[in-house]
This record gives sequence, C-alpha cells and structure tokens, in this order.
Amino acid sequence: MRTLIPDPIERQPWQMLIPLFLLVGFGAAVLYSAAGGSFSPFASSHLLRFGIFLVMASIITVMPNELVKLLVYPGYAVVLVLLMAVEAIGFVGGGSQRWLNLGFMQLQPSELMKPMVVLVLARFFATLPAGMVGTWRALLIPAGFLGVPMALVLMQPDLGTALAIGFGGAVVMLLAGLPMRWFVIGGALAAVAAPIAFFFGLQEYQQRRVTTFLDPQSDPLGSGYHITQSKIAIGSGGITGKGFNEGSQSHLQYLPEPHTDFVFATMAEEWGLLGGFFVLIVFALILSWGWSVALKSKDRFARLLAGGMTATIFFYMSINLMMVMGLAPVVGIPLPFMSHGGSSMMTNMICIGMLMMVNRWNRITPRRGLR
Amino acid sequence: MEKFGSRPPVTATGLQNAFDRRSFVVGTMMGGIGVLLAARMSYLAIAENEKYRTEAESNRVNLTLIPPRRGWILDRNGAPLASNRADFRVDVIPERLDNANRTIDQLGMLLSLKPDRIADIKSKIEGSRGFQPVEVASGLDYDQFAAISVRLPDLPGVVPQRGFSRFYPTGPSVGHLIGYVGPASAEEYDKDRNPLLITPGYKIGKDGMEKQFEQTLRGVPGARRVEVTASGRIVRDLETREDIQGNPVRLTIDGPLQDYAARRIGLESGSVVVMDCHTGDLLCMASMPSFDPNSFSDGIGSIEYAMLRDDERVPLRNKVLKGLYPPGSTVKPMVSMALMGAGIDPHETVFCGGGLRVGNRVFGCWNRRGHGQVDMAKGIYQSCDVYFYAMAQRVGMDPIAMMARRCGMGEEFPLPVTSQFFGTVPDPEWKQRKFGREWQPFDTVNATIGQGYMLSSPLQLAVMASRLATGRHVMPRLTLDTPPSGFGEIDFPTDQVTYVRQAMSDVVNGPGTAGRARLPIPDVLLAGKTGTAQVVSLSKSDGKSGPWKYRDHGLFIFFAPFDNPRYAGAVVIEHGGGSGAAYPIARDVMTFLFDPQKGMEALHALEKQWGGNAQQRLSAKYTAYAQARGEAVSPPPRRDEEIFDQVEAEARAAAAQPEEIADEAVTPRPEANPSAAPRTPEPVSTVEAPAPVEQQVVEE
Repeated sequence: MRTLIPDPIERQPWQMLIPLFLLVGFGAAVLYSAAGGSFSPFASSHLLRFGIFLVMASIITVMPNELVKLLVYPGYAVVLVLLMAVEAIGFVGGGSQRWLNLGFMQLQPSELMKPMVVLVLARFFATLPAGMVGTWRALLIPAGFLGVPMALVLMQPDLGTALAIGFGGAVVMLLAGLPMRWFVIGGALAAVAAPIAFFFGLQEYQQRRVTTFLDPQSDPLGSGYHITQSKIAIGSGGITGKGFNEGSQSHLQYLPEPHTDFVFATMAEEWGLLGGFFVLIVFALILSWGWSVALKSKDRFARLLAGGMTATIFFYMSINLMMVMGLAPVVGIPLPFMSHGGSSMMTNMICIGMLMMVNRWNRITPRRGLR
Repeated sequence: MEKFGSRPPVTATGLQNAFDRRSFVVGTMMGGIGVLLAARMSYLAIAENEKYRTEAESNRVNLTLIPPRRGWILDRNGAPLASNRADFRVDVIPERLDNANRTIDQLGMLLSLKPDRIADIKSKIEGSRGFQPVEVASGLDYDQFAAISVRLPDLPGVVPQRGFSRFYPTGPSVGHLIGYVGPASAEEYDKDRNPLLITPGYKIGKDGMEKQFEQTLRGVPGARRVEVTASGRIVRDLETREDIQGNPVRLTIDGPLQDYAARRIGLESGSVVVMDCHTGDLLCMASMPSFDPNSFSDGIGSIEYAMLRDDERVPLRNKVLKGLYPPGSTVKPMVSMALMGAGIDPHETVFCGGGLRVGNRVFGCWNRRGHGQVDMAKGIYQSCDVYFYAMAQRVGMDPIAMMARRCGMGEEFPLPVTSQFFGTVPDPEWKQRKFGREWQPFDTVNATIGQGYMLSSPLQLAVMASRLATGRHVMPRLTLDTPPSGFGEIDFPTDQVTYVRQAMSDVVNGPGTAGRARLPIPDVLLAGKTGTAQVVSLSKSDGKSGPWKYRDHGLFIFFAPFDNPRYAGAVVIEHGGGSGAAYPIARDVMTFLFDPQKGMEALHALEKQWGGNAQQRLSAKYTAYAQARGEAVSPPPRRDEEIFDQVEAEARAAAAQPEEIADEAVTPRPEANPSAAPRTPEPVSTVEAPAPVEQQVVEE
C-alpha cells in the first residue's frame, strides 16, 4: 500500500541495481565511442551479454541456502576438472590454452573458479567448528582448495586470474577469523618470495611488464607504450574531457585495447575527471552495498560468501584502475561492467547474483538476536 | 556450529566479532584504495593535464614541411635556364626502414630500377646519417606512384610525394654555369640546422649559380598539419600552408647563345665566352664537354660518374673559370698597347728575317722565312714574333706586365661564381719570389708571345678583348641587378684603340692569320687575334698530331663590329692543334649573334657529322659506356663536394703544367693558317671563297 510499485519489484536491491545499470549503460556509451561511433561490435554485444547474465544472476538469486551448500563441493570439483581439461588440451595441442570450446560458447574455467573458490572456502569455514579455527586444519585444507586451482591457472600462464583467485580466497580466510599472525607471516613470506618468483617463476613478458611498470619511459615504444598512452589519454582528458566521440588517443589507435583492459582510459579521455569520479562512486555504491549485505547476513556461510564476492569485484576494479593509471603493472584484468568481454561480465554477474541471493536470504530469515 | 564454541580462545561469538572487525578493516582499506585512485586520477587530469594534452596533440598531429619551389634562373630575356617540373618522387628515410635491403629491392621491383641504380641507393643508405632522406626515384608516372602509395603500410620509412624537380631545358650546355642541385650533405646540415634540409624531396644548390644564389632561390617552405593514426595512416588534413616560391635570379646570359656556343664546340674540349661591350654583360660562358645537370640533380650515378671521370677532356671542369692556358699570340694587341704606352711609334718597323738575336741567342719567328719589314699593325695581323721580341727588349717586361694586368689578366673578377682561377702575369719580381731566380731575356721573349709563365683563363681573355675593343676598363657582370661598371675608366687613348682595332680587323678581313673567321654577314666586320699555345716541348710533339694531350691549344679573341664594338669574346680550344680550331667557332657564334638563322644552318650541318647535339651525344656515350664498363665501375665519392674538390685540384695541377716548359725559350708554333688542315671538319660556309687569297698571304 505504501506505493504503487508491486512488492516483488520494490524489494529488489535498487540502491545497487540502479548504479549498476547506469554503469553498464555508461560502459556501453564508451564502447560505442571506442568502436568509432557505432553500436557494433562492442556496445550492442556488451548490453546483450549484460541482459543474459542479469537473467543468470536472477536465477542465482532465487536459489535456497541449503541447495547452494549442497552444490558447492560438487561444483568446485566440476570446475577443477574443467580447469585440468583445459590444461590437458593445451598440453596436447601445444601452447597455452585458457578456454574450452563447448560448441555454443567459449568457456574459460578459470573465470568460473574465482567465485567458486570463494564459495568453497565459505562453505568450508562455515562447517569448521569455531574451536578449530586456530588449528592447522583451518589453514592446510583451505590452502589446498586455493592452491590447486591457482597452480593450474598459473601454468596457463595467467598471473592476473591466479592473483584474483588468491585474493578472493585470502579475503574469505581473513574474514573467517584465522589468527592474524598467520596473515602477518604469510605476508612476510610473500614479500620474500616475490623477488624469487619474479626471477624464476615469471615468463619473460611478465617480467618486462613489471620492469616497465617501474619505469615506463625505459621503453616508450615497447612494453611501456601501454602505460604511457593510457596516462596520456587520462591526463589529456582534464576535468570535463574532450567530449563524447572526440577522444583522439582511442580513435587514432594510440591507446592499445581501448575497448577491453583500457576502457577506463578511453572513458577518461572523453569524459574527464567527472566521468572517472562517476565510475568510482558507482563502484563505491555497489561495493558498500555488498559489505552491508555481508554484515546483515544471518549465517557464517552467507557472510563469508558475500564478503568474498565483494572482494572479488573490488579486486578486478582496483587492479584495473591502478594499471591504467600507472600504479600497477600491466596485467590482463578488465574493468567490471565496462570492459567488453563475456568472461569478466559472467564472473562479475555471478558475484552480483550471489550477493543478491544472500540479500534475499537475509530478507527471508531475519537475523536472530545477538549471538 | 555456533553451539560448538566451548573453547575459550575461539568462539562463534568471537568469530562474529572478528568478522565485524575485519570486514570493517577490509572495507576501510578498499575505501582507501578508492580514494587513492581518485587522487591519482585527479593528479593526472588536473596537475599534469597540460603535459598530457600536449603529448596527445603531438601524437595526433603530424607536421610535414612542404619543400618550397625553387626560384627560377632566367636568362637576360627572361627565358628559364633552370625551372621546375612537377613530378612524383619517392625518398626513403634510412632510420625508419625495417630492412633497408629488402625495402629497396621491393621498390626497385615496383619502379623497375636498373641494378646499378639499386646498388647506388643501397650504398648511399649505408653511408647516410639515418635522418637524411635518400632519393630513390623522381619523375615517376602516376601509376608507379600509386603502386607505392598503396603499399605504404608495409613499407615504413618510404616517402612518396608529389613535388617539383629541377629542370634544365638545355641540359649540358649550362651544366658548368648553372650547376645542379642535390640533397644536403651531413656537413651542410651541420652548418645550417634548418629542418628543411632534411625534408625529403628538398635539394640545395651544389654548384654554379644554384649554389651561389641558394638563399635567394630557396623560398619559404609550406607546411601541412595532418591527423595521423598510431600506424601513420593519414586521417585528414588539418591545415595547409602553401610554400612561397624562391625568388628568380636573372642572369646576363643569353640562353640561346649559350646553348649555341656549347653545341658549336662540338667534339672539341674548350670554352666560349662572349661579352656585351656596352654593359660588360656576360652573354655566354660555355664550357664543354659537360655533364647533364638534369641527371646530376637526380643523384650522380656510378656509371655516369665513372664515365665523366675517365674522360681526358675533363667534363667536370668548368673551363671558363678554371681552365688556365698560355694565351699565346692573343696577347699581342695588349703588348702593342703597352709598347704605344711606352712611347713606341706604331709606324716604326722592324726587319724580320725569321729570327732575332738577343745576346748570344737567336729567337725564332714562327715564320722561318721571315716577314720582312714589319710595323705594329703587321706585327698584329701577321702575328710576327720578331717585331714583338725586338720592341719588348726595348721597353722591358714591367710595362708589359702592367698592361697585362690592366687588361684583366691575373685579375679575379667580382662575379657570383663558386671559384675562379686567375692565372699568372709574370714579371721579374714574381719570378724572384716564386723561383728565387733572375729574370732572363728569354722570359721577356716568352711573355711577349703569351707563353712561358703567362697563364690566363678564357674569361680573362674575353675581358681583355672587350677592354681592347672599347678602350675602357669594362668589368664583366653576370646578374642583371649589378650595375655595369668600369666604363668611366679610360684604359687607352682613342687613337691607339682605333689603330689596334684596325690591325685586329685585318687579322680577319685583311691579310691576316684568320681569314676564314670572316663573318658571312655583309656589313659586320669581325676583328680578332689568333693564338696557338704550346703545351709540351718541341721534342715531344709538333703540336698538330700525335696524342691529343700533346697538341697545342687553339685560342682566339675577338670583337665585332670592329669599328664600333658591340660584342667581344674569346674562344679557347684545348689541344685543338692550333688557333685554326678556335676561330671558326668564334665566327659561327658571332654569326649566330647577328643572324641566328645563318648560324643555326652552319651548326646543323656540323651536328649531322658529329652525331647529334651535345645532349644526344652525351646520352649515346653514356649508353655505350654503361654497356662496355657497366659492371666494373667504382662508385662516386659519397659527397658531391669531394667530386668537385678533386676536379678543382686537378685543374690546378693542369694549370701548373705549362710552367714546366717555361724554363727555356719557347719556339713559337706556326700561327694558324688555313693550309694547316684543322682537325675538325670545317663547315661549308660562305667564307670559303676568299680562302685562296689568304693562303697566298700567309705563305708569302
């Protein structure tokens, strides 16, 4: 009776959905410009995919808590098998392969693994007795859940995705209440291991990305070119930008990948600082809604799940933006909801779907008193 | 699971609290990173906006210079001696080539270049500094140009463009005078850091007038601002500023006369200079054989260079300015002026019995049988050596040397030329300084007949002719914007001038040595003086036959009409075998000046025998040479300057050569006379008729 709007619609999380729609729409506009003022090929498929994955997210939303818990381990196993299958096919075919051709679409199992790892760890810590959180079991089993897919993805090699998986898992473990000193020790170990990994673990092209990140001017026409041109695009946009369809960096092809990884630079050139702040504010709204869902949730599984999903979206966004602004090395991580690309849209919409699912659980079963 | 929290350290509530705490921390960190991103973006977009805006603009906009059209070089009547022709051309910028050899081979295939041209381009690219464009081809037709343009994305560093190339309508005739153009060398770019100099398609003057008037001719480059993609494709023109053509330079040269004279020299090696006696205008400064400045301006090819280099007639040397020759008997009118100046009565006679005893030596006259009683006029028209030996012994060397200088010998003229040799006027002081030896009587003897140490250039001889003709201190000029000068200065009194004019007219029209030089024009009488200059001593060659290099030079100075001179000049034919090779050329050139129709008829008859005009013969020779020697040529020096430095050095060496025979008295060669059978076939002309008369005179 409050309003004319029917209840099923009114109870949707509009505080997140409206900014999300705006962001996707804005992304489509930027892609329209990146295609030289044309809906095809980028903007139209961007919107189409968003529509499809929004339906998928809605389906996820209505899944009941018990069913999800039931499906987590088998689902994890399936994705892990897919990941190994990719590895095997890549091994047989020679060279690296990241996707499986299912006939109707190209499935990238590593993308599915990002939300899957969050799910499986949330599930694990939800069942782990509180008293065992400080024991070795609380560390080693999650480490296995996390380490096996990370190793498989690293072998592809895909450092960006592996880090994204690791970050999602680490945030879940942190939120699960593992002793803080483990993280301190882990961080220290990572600091020591990083240089070793840099020299022995990374491919040459990955090493070069790191060195040119530290000094982009060292090779302005080679690997530093991406960062330099991206900074030129952002910096030359100024406060209000050069105007829609007026970006010279993207239109004259100085900016590499103007529709995928560097879509933010394409946007910033034409919309300036105002456009950039709009994107940041939208992400802030979506992520803070994600946290509020996590904090309001009733059980441990839902809480960890929501926190992990929020962290995954954040990881995408922050690494991508740091990269295009020259604060991080070039790793192939797209900007959620704006970059053109099916896999990242799928992963992020799975995250959104999961968050809406937890949000629905929260609404159905109100939080029981203090615990 | 919450019920399970029995252990004090970790309970479900504890975990809930930990979650709340830690999620707050993680959320805060996320917010912090968000703020960091916002700050970073603000910094890029506000603080560094200007810098990045400039960089984006310099990415987007490409500025190319449009080489200015070069100013024309015009003759006195405004006809072009050097003009521009619109064409399509292709250059490469070596430092932008991915694989120089492959690209040049590909271009060679597309443009069907000859293998030697491809080899030349490759060696030029090797020796170039990376940023300096190297010309691949010019004068392309549209199809070739289009074939390259469409392949540009695969050919980085290749610059096809529409442009203008220099065009010299008369080719080799003006080669030495006008010079040619070429891409600036590294040294030239170091001297003048003008970005224009490394713009593909821009050429600067390399020699002659082109070099002298470089700044006038250059003009102001245009500019084209275009929007380009990262791969270099031009999206659109933003702004184009037209070039401003360089200013024209107007020479005093008479284009048709220059061309005529050059062609008339024919198979000989020599030069023709003609001056206007009223203004000092240089109407013609032809030096042949020559090079074709059209093909030099496209880059000097190996074969072409080797051919010119191997030619003993030194086609690369401008003989008008850098050929030095003993003037021979052409100095006798000048010496006569010196004698009259020293108070000698021209009617006083000397007996010539074929020789003159000075001290214990006998100096021979060219005519062993003697000339009998000789006064000054006969001394000139019969070129009697004994008369001048005797008179010169009386006045001494100094007045003669002074007069030689007054007539322009040894003088460097204020002309806009890259370099001119000024020869030698010897006198006792000069010999002492140069050789540390005393002046000998035989030195005076040599000097009075224009031999020994005396050396002058064809230009100086022409100036001498005009000064003798007018009696005024005529200064030559080469551009119409320099005022005529020297006419206020009287060199000789009128009666002396009249006397010498008459005597010189008799050389041609009277009982003189050059009867066949008479003009086939009824009321214009040519006056002149023959000269034959010995190159090697008598023991080596008689000067008429044998190796070309040992033959005598043939010289002739002249002016016409004799009683009111309008034009004066000089012809010098290297190793022509005597003055008989020189004065027919002077005759035809002057005929052309007064009656072009008649002059052309004579020339066409000759060219039929020679096998075409100068340009046709040069290209036929090139083809033959390329076929015979094409494979085994040595490449030209990398820098054009080296070529001409070398040529200049050799010219100096060649000029010093006559000094070797100056150490003794020169036995004068028989003065030109028609019976001496000139080497070149003579044109059938109207002057043939009186020949028997002169023959009789000469042999008397």
